Amino acid sequence: MSFHSILFEKTDGAVKKETPEAPVFFADLNLDQTIDAVSAWKQEYNLKPFLYTSLNDIDAIEYRHEIFQDLENENLLESIKSFAQKMRKMREHLAQADKFYYKYQKESWFLHAVDIYCDAINSLEQDLSHAGLRSRGFLAFREYLTNYANSDRFRSLLSETKKVFEDLSSVKYSMLIKGSSIKVRRYETAIDYSAAIEETFDKFKQGAVKDYRVKFSSGPDMNHVEAGVLDLVARLYPDIFLYLENYCAGNRDYLDETIGVFDREIQFYVAYLEFIAIFKRAGLKFCYPQIVKECKEVYDYEGFDSALAYRLITEKSSVVCNDFHLKDKERVFVVSGPNQGGKTTFARTFGQLHYLASIGCPVPGRQAQLFLFDRLFTHFEKEENIENLRGKLQDDLVRIHDILGQATSNSIAIMNEIFTSTTLQDALFLSKKVMEKIIGLDLLCVWVTFIDELASYGEQTVSMVSTVDPENPILRTYKIIRRPADGLSYAIAIAEKYRLTYDHLRERIKS
Amino acid sequence: MKAFLMFRDQDFDLGRKLPWNEKALTQDLELDTLFNAMAFDDKFLFEVAKKVLLSGLNNNLNTILYRQDVLKDCLKNPSIVRDIYGVAVAAIESEKKNYWGFFSRYPGSILSRSVEALQMFVEMLRKLRDIADGHADKFESEGFTTLFAMLKKELGDEYFAQVENHLRELKFRDGVLISAELGKGNKGANYVLRQSQEKKQSWLERIFAKKPPVFTFTVAERDESGFRALSELRDQGINLVANALAQSTDHILSFFTMLRTELAFYVGCLNLHGQLAQKGEPISFPLPTASGERRHSFKELYDVCLALTMKQKVVGNDVNADDKDLVIITGANQGGKSTFLRSIGLAQLMMQCGMFVPAESFSANVCDGLFTHYKREEDAAMKSGKLDEELSRMSVIVDNLTSNFMLLFNESFAATNEREGSEIARQIICALLEKGMKVFYVTHLYKFAHGFLDRKMGNAIFLRAERQADGGRTFKLIEGEPLQTSYGEDLYRALWPVEG
Repeated sequence: MSFHSILFEKTDGAVKKETPEAPVFFADLNLDQTIDAVSAWKQEYNLKPFLYTSLNDIDAIEYRHEIFQDLENENLLESIKSFAQKMRKMREHLAQADKFYYKYQKESWFLHAVDIYCDAINSLEQDLSHAGLRSRGFLAFREYLTNYANSDRFRSLLSETKKVFEDLSSVKYSMLIKGSSIKVRRYETAIDYSAAIEETFDKFKQGAVKDYRVKFSSGPDMNHVEAGVLDLVARLYPDIFLYLENYCAGNRDYLDETIGVFDREIQFYVAYLEFIAIFKRAGLKFCYPQIVKECKEVYDYEGFDSALAYRLITEKSSVVCNDFHLKDKERVFVVSGPNQGGKTTFARTFGQLHYLASIGCPVPGRQAQLFLFDRLFTHFEKEENIENLRGKLQDDLVRIHDILGQATSNSIAIMNEIFTSTTLQDALFLSKKVMEKIIGLDLLCVWVTFIDELASYGEQTVSMVSTVDPENPILRTYKIIRRPADGLSYAIAIAEKYRLTYDHLRERIKS
Repeated sequence: MKAFLMFRDQDFDLGRKLPWNEKALTQDLELDTLFNAMAFDDKFLFEVAKKVLLSGLNNNLNTILYRQDVLKDCLKNPSIVRDIYGVAVAAIESEKKNYWGFFSRYPGSILSRSVEALQMFVEMLRKLRDIADGHADKFESEGFTTLFAMLKKELGDEYFAQVENHLRELKFRDGVLISAELGKGNKGANYVLRQSQEKKQSWLERIFAKKPPVFTFTVAERDESGFRALSELRDQGINLVANALAQSTDHILSFFTMLRTELAFYVGCLNLHGQLAQKGEPISFPLPTASGERRHSFKELYDVCLALTMKQKVVGNDVNADDKDLVIITGANQGGKSTFLRSIGLAQLMMQCGMFVPAESFSANVCDGLFTHYKREEDAAMKSGKLDEELSRMSVIVDNLTSNFMLLFNESFAATNEREGSEIARQIICALLEKGMKVFYVTHLYKFAHGFLDRKMGNAIFLRAERQADGGRTFKLIEGEPLQTSYGEDLYRALWPVEG
């Protein structure tokens, strides 16, 4: 088994690896926020093109699940992070080397970059050799890495680097600064004067005193006097500096391409795991979803909207989780109930879960089974657009028409409050028509609506209702539960509060 | 180099924590009067006197005797001691005036200021050595003998010559010799200032002349940034030596500071001694015994604070309370009970910090802590009732108690009727005695006092303020049973003599 990529087991031309632009539904589902949060600290790796690319193959998804599961081993994750940190440090050194002006200075920074690279390779190779790897991806990568680390090319890079370091650290010289001149020569033993001073005054030592050492700007820059001295030092040690020059010229292309690609791609996993760690610390759960293609029984327990939850956690507010499931012929969630009760959030959650599953990632929830869709459509209410000459109702209809035209029986549609700019009767009529088409296509669908009648459309629809706190109906619970849409939830809650429900009244009124 | 005049083997820490009840002690025992007498308006002497007295309860017997010996030397040679103190003060003041608070970003100027400060210190150290040379034979205490021996040993002529040699060389007339290695980016690193073993003036030049190859870099005449870079390089080279020198300056300063602090206590004692001698009041060095023992016997013990404020001589008391845990003092109003209680507390503090005590003779066991529980003014904020306040204070004291503490009660728990007050006091005192405390209790609570008398305890003694038959007070305490009257009638009659 040869190694291609840690993100894709096979990399033949048919597989799309990266997508430059976010899918169109990203904004509606707030997935743009989620993906921003995932990649926020990893800008340098340019991970978004990966995060924008759905996989359309269950095996490709499982390839990633396996790697995620390997990385749940803290030790392995730490090894990868440490590798990444070294690679980043290496790049910083190369950038510095590029920036500097003086030759010997540039060469030293290049040398350090290579040294860091060698260390990164060796450490990772060692770490992986006793990590209990199980994923196809990591096993293949380990084989590649071991071969590379033992290759002649890498071995000789290592030994040359070591030699240059040793040579340079043996350089020691003296400067005599007097007036405007500096005389430079090889060092010959002389007394350390500050030690002599300390010894003389040692008898007065009384415990801790202030540190009078002045901090000199320890920046990497070099002024022309330092550079001038360095040139003289190079003349004192001509062999060492010649070797350094040849070393740099000979190892320009030291970086292995596959390793470079791995360094970027593995960050897809690291970034996502770091992202979900935030949720796990807040007590929320993530799981590896079962992906199904043939059947449409989907479910998720204790799921949540990752974008909203991320914000709530940073504000230290609590997050409400919700469950859903579809079985047998059920295909469409019709969500109704009080406003601000979490209906849109529920719809987004459904879409997010499916999308995140499609890029091979763990999803919010305790346990999940999700559908491998070919396309995902969203229709959320848009601002009225002055340039768009159509009325809002017409605009709604045009967009729905487009969606229904493109959708296949393997698509998912998520619709939020459409047909609001017409009479109830019109809306009901249009909605029923659209519902007919959706069911005809056998789409998986979430439909947030104020039209209760839709909820009981048929055996394919499931009614979900947002709820309020019975003790205080002003408070939303953000719980969406499977219940008939009776339009009464609000009134019932108030009745509960005053103990005036049927059940209460039976108890309270003594016969 | 250490002064070690307060402890045989440790510095006296002026920052040490005082007992939590220092305010109560200061107030109840009128300690400020004592501190002022020792300080003579010198804030520093006041501060040291306060710290030494209030923190003295932790001293062991050896420390007490060690200081007594040093103090005896001081009383014999007051002017020499004041001279040494004067040198320490002068060194510190001069440093403060000329170099103090000095902070620079340039090792070059740190170095030159340190060289100047050190030259001044060397002069002061020489003065100390001269005093040691001239007067060491007049001192007998271990503390002073060790100090003088150390000064002679550490500050020999050879040493002064070595220091002065350094101070000369550190002016770098021949340039600065620095060794270096290559750091990251091949930048120079690990700059270390070097000194040649050869002493001749031209040594640096010679080394660089003789052994090739030597290359020279010269900064062009108008290259300002070049000169800045050059001087930074030089600064980097002398950074460590400037630090070493500045730190040495600090160390010598703290030696003088320590010497001053430790002597300040004895100078305070000299001041107090002078005032008491002028009044003809006796002093003596007490005989301390272990805290587990019970000893308290003295002759002519007087309240030193009262003595300092009175024109005439004050009355002293003679008591033998050896083997007693409980001393109950009763008797006439204005008969000297409070004064006596204060003299007990003051003598204890003075003894335990190594001072002389105001008595013809005095011996007592040391205590591990000293608490006072005096009746207080009515709480101005009316936050709590008076008994409530007293009990809450008592509770805090109990939180901080361990055995072999000494407690002084002055009319405590009287803010209720006699029966209840007596019962509260009885329960508290019984418990304290069982837990190994030593208690002095001034009280008018007859039932309480008499209750202990009835129990015929071997470890209690009862003192009574004396009243002469004509109602006059001697301010003397005598051993005697508590009486049911405190002779308040006498006071009444003194004010309204005509009636009944």
